[in-house]
Amino acid sequence: MAEFVLENLRRRFGDALQRVSDDHGDLTVWIGRDRVHEMLVHCKRDPELDFCFCMDVTAVDYLSLGGDPRFAVVYHLYSLKTGKRIRVKTGVPEDDPVVDTAVDVWKATDWFEREVYDMFGIRFEGHPNMKRILCHRDFQGHALRKDYPADLRWKLLRPDDLLDEISTEEMQRIRARVSHPISE
Amino acid sequence: MGLKGERVETTRPGSDTKPPESVFTTTLDKMVRWARAGSLWPLPFGTACCAIEFMSVVSSHYDLARFGAEVVRFSPRQSDMMIVAGTVVDKQAPILKLIYEQMCSPKWVISMGVCASSGGFYRAYHVMQGIDEIVPVDVYVPGCPPTPEGLIYAIMKLQEKIERGEPSHYQVVLDREAAEARERKLARV
Ligand code: SF4
Repeated sequence: MAEFVLENLRRRFGDALQRVSDDHGDLTVWIGRDRVHEMLVHCKRDPELDFCFCMDVTAVDYLSLGGDPRFAVVYHLYSLKTGKRIRVKTGVPEDDPVVDTAVDVWKATDWFEREVYDMFGIRFEGHPNMKRILCHRDFQGHALRKDYPADLRWKLLRPDDLLDEISTEEMQRIRARVSHPISE
Repeated sequence: MGLKGERVETTRPGSDTKPPESVFTTTLDKMVRWARAGSLWPLPFGTACCAIEFMSVVSSHYDLARFGAEVVRFSPRQSDMMIVAGTVVDKQAPILKLIYEQMCSPKWVISMGVCASSGGFYRAYHVMQGIDEIVPVDVYVPGCPPTPEGLIYAIMKLQEKIERGEPSHYQVVLDREAAEARERKLARV
């Protein structure tokens, strides 16, 4: 189905593609951590591929499956031009869980990467605001890791700042904006 | 609504054509309780699906106005019955507590649905296992979500409680804390 996508990637990355599967037209490619950023840039910028839409960034913990490396970060890309999808996976070891950020490629990955960090503890190098997004400030550990006890809770005593990613100037601009025609 | 007085027949001197006036005798305390029970102002703390059910309770079909509790306020300072309708996550807990503390006493809390009452099926890392971890609750409503009738029944139960003159759970907690403080003071003397 997506032969030209795979051919294009083979031409560019050759043996760097660690594993490829195309089950039922569901194209998945594995690539090393050191070249994943290059691959994402290529997927977006290459005129033939044109994967303009990063639908999701998530992660998998292969602990109970004995995966080595333990984690994988998964990018789901979609092209509005060709209607093709691709899934890019990269392995991430437990003792050094860092991947290059993709915020410079798709701005939308900002919150996805924060979610991956929050849930799996995988950090994204170069991310502008690498902090938790769903769990609160006093939460410890990463809830979707397989070795996290499912009902272990951390209490929050003071309200967490929910709008801290908005800069002060931006906040002032929002406040100053007239929100209702009557108050004009 | 529980106000029982005796009817005193009065006749004005010099005229027996006027209809008799009605006079009720009662105590001020009872009067206040009656008024309070009949004019609860709800503050909806709606965080999930239960809040949708709350909306149907206050709108025309179930018409909470029949119970004197239709004046929904979104300011804690103007309301005295907090209805926590929905899942309360740990991140939301301090916000719930803050809003609760901004309400003026006397105040009551209804925990609507199993999520608010016990965490429900969210036995997980992020959900409070019952809002009574942080605020005193007067009435719990079971169900996922409770039927509108369930919430109405809870409000009627609360009204009964108020009319009986029972202290709110908030008051009970305050009294207990004061008594403990007194005891600690006595123990020091
Ligand atoms: S009790 Fe059920 S209906 Fe109510 S908030 Fe929880 S999940 Fe939703």
